[in-house]
Amino acid sequence: MTEPLLQVENLTMHYTTRAGELSAVDNVSFSLKKGEALGLVGESGCGKTSVALTVLKLLPENGYIKEGKIIVNGKDIVPYTEQEMRKVRWGEISMVFQAAMNALNPVYRVGDQIIEALEEHQPQMTNKEMKQKVTELFELVGLESALMDRFPHEFSGGMRQRAVIAMALSCGPDMIIADEPTTALDVIVQDSLLKEMREFQDQLGMAMIYISHDVGVIAEVSDRVGVMYAGRLAEMGTAEEIFHDPIHPYTMALMSSFPSTVGEKTDLVLLPGEPPDLLNPPTGCRFHPRCPYATDVCKEEQPEFKEHSPGHLAACWHPRGEQS
Amino acid sequence: MSENGKNTDTLIEVKDLSKLYPADSGLFSGGDTFIHAVSGLNFSIKRGESVGLVGESGCGKTTTGKLLTRLIEPTEGSILLNTESGDMDIATMTSKETKDFRRRVQMIFQDPYESMNPRLTIYDTVAEPLDVQGIGNISERQARVSELLQTVGLTPASSFLFRYPHELSGGQRQRVAIARALVIEPDFIVADEPTSMLDVSVRTGVMKLMQDLAERLEVTTLYITHDLAVARYMCDRIAVMYLGKIVEIGETEEVLQNPRHPYTKALLSAVPIPDPTYKREAVDIKGGVSKPINPPARCRFYPRCPWADDYCESHDHPPLEDKSGDIHFTSCYHWEDNLEK
Ligand SMILES: Nc1ncnc2c1ncn2[C@@H]1O[C@H](COP(=O)(O)OP(=O)(O)OP(=O)(O)O)[C@@H](O)[C@H]1O
Ligand SMILES: Nc1ncnc2c1ncn2[C@@H]1O[C@H](COP(=O)(O)OP(=O)(O)OP(=O)(O)O)[C@@H](O)[C@H]1O
Ligand SMILES: [Mg+2]
Ligand SMILES: [Mg+2]
Repeated sequence: MTEPLLQVENLTMHYTTRAGELSAVDNVSFSLKKGEALGLVGESGCGKTSVALTVLKLLPENGYIKEGKIIVNGKDIVPYTEQEMRKVRWGEISMVFQAAMNALNPVYRVGDQIIEALEEHQPQMTNKEMKQKVTELFELVGLESALMDRFPHEFSGGMRQRAVIAMALSCGPDMIIADEPTTALDVIVQDSLLKEMREFQDQLGMAMIYISHDVGVIAEVSDRVGVMYAGRLAEMGTAEEIFHDPIHPYTMALMSSFPSTVGEKTDLVLLPGEPPDLLNPPTGCRFHPRCPYATDVCKEEQPEFKEHSPGHLAACWHPRGEQS
Repeated sequence: MSENGKNTDTLIEVKDLSKLYPADSGLFSGGDTFIHAVSGLNFSIKRGESVGLVGESGCGKTTTGKLLTRLIEPTEGSILLNTESGDMDIATMTSKETKDFRRRVQMIFQDPYESMNPRLTIYDTVAEPLDVQGIGNISERQARVSELLQTVGLTPASSFLFRYPHELSGGQRQRVAIARALVIEPDFIVADEPTSMLDVSVRTGVMKLMQDLAERLEVTTLYITHDLAVARYMCDRIAVMYLGKIVEIGETEEVLQNPRHPYTKALLSAVPIPDPTYKREAVDIKGGVSKPINPPARCRFYPRCPWADDYCESHDHPPLEDKSGDIHFTSCYHWEDNLEK
């Protein structure tokens, strides 16, 4: 068996705030193989971006890793210094930030910003090769190469997002973390971009963590899907398992409630109850206050994140709503 | 859009609206080349109506929104706003009129990371419009802000009030931006991809809030989105834009069920279906985007259109017409010949 590219073990991360400790990532474990695409879904504020920032060790000043290991290509990077992390970023793992639209430097031409990244990480390339590379990357994400010489403010929201994706792909990383990379893209551009990215992935054996709130997109890009709720992984399995045989009641609710353009226009279902307060997370299973199947044990004890069938894991006392 | 006199129900009427940007950097130097970001728009929005603006990335949606809220000035054309004291042209308002206008109009920006002052707490961010307009005393403002945060799913409000924008997730910021726009109960809202980072459940809550408001206070909205499923729930009518032009506009269900313009058809066939085993038909147009730099007079969709022929090439961009007489306007010479496709 080949070693996974990324292995996250019992990762817990907190933000210190004036109102107390905010538990954004709690005891999360997962792994990623070469060439694999893992989708990460979950409610707004459940900790998806925090997982990504932790893996790259790009947490803000008030965020810290409390526990756990992050093993990249066999080495635990948790103790790494900022200096050592610079080598990991871009080359081994690169990221498309959720704030992508805002990630470009307003005073430099967009093409020059990618060239700058190439200069730092691929110093052997000649100027001409770099220009050529930028042209190819622009084409890949559906931007005209003439746009290289323009400034970010001249780009629309979606054009900026695509430029940032091009930048993240520029140094041929082993793995890319893309955090809501297509929120500003129309479906046609998104569709061709996702296809290009998958192809790119297959060719280079690049692995990907794809974060999105859009279950439709996740269905199209992921081999495996992780469902997060309130800082924890609720369920993990192949895309098909998650969509057709969900175990966790939160996943079940998530899968039954998206609006669609096909079929009858049905009433939208709102998940009952309020989103959890991570400053004072619920005891036991964090989903219990909103769960239709919750019993006393759910309030008191945290369910173990365990395997229900090979590769299909969930943390629930009442899998599929069953009352034993 | 009706030629037979003005309807008092009309809140906004856009006439021949265009916005050009000079395309003078890099390859395109010279000064007589322009990006036609928005080009000859004609449409109107009724009071209390919600119109969805959908279309390809870079087609001019944000530019249109900014023109309607007067954050930028048009190159050509007019935007008439129907007020108690008669029609007012947004494009040529005096500064006093502008101040009054700002109270009635709000824009929710596409990028929640760019549009918020990092030094203001969430409470100050949301309460700022109340402060500027001198509405309510401190305790009333606090109550109002807490209530709104609660409705957009930032619960408990007390845990968010005194945080700063960088201490929130992307979707949480988006919701703060929405709360801020709704706090003074404006007459007209331009919402630019306001829920693009929200999961379905939270988004549904926000959509319901906006709908309630629209009904209760007759708020009019221009809802910019690339998400047709969202448009389906939020909008009475949908306008589809392609490279600076509206190519189709009509009632939401009508446009979604009976799309006429080839671009609308392609757009609908590319919507991701939430099912990994579902294989949808291939989209028959390419995803590349051309920029509208000095575009030829012919139909702008011509280079990508599966129906394009010599007629399309040698004639001007087709007018946005309601040939069928069912308030479903289309800008295509061939839609009637292709009804079955
Ligand atoms: N710098 C910070 N300080 C304090 N709390 C923070 C900070 N950044 C994020 N949080 C909180 O941590 C939790 C997880 O945030 P995160 O950004 O990881 O969510 P997310 O799943 O990416 O959500 P979204 O889909 O809305 O982007 C949220 O409740 C958020 O309010
Ligand atoms: N300040 C500017 N200077 C030059 N060109 C601009 C400027 N603002 C926008 N443009 C151009 O105008 C066109 C329309 O941009 P706009 O932001 O309105 O698109 P959009 O429909 O909102 O796209 P998206 O869905 O990607 O946000 C684009 O080609 C863009 O590059
Ligand atoms: Mg996030
Ligand atoms: Mg835009």
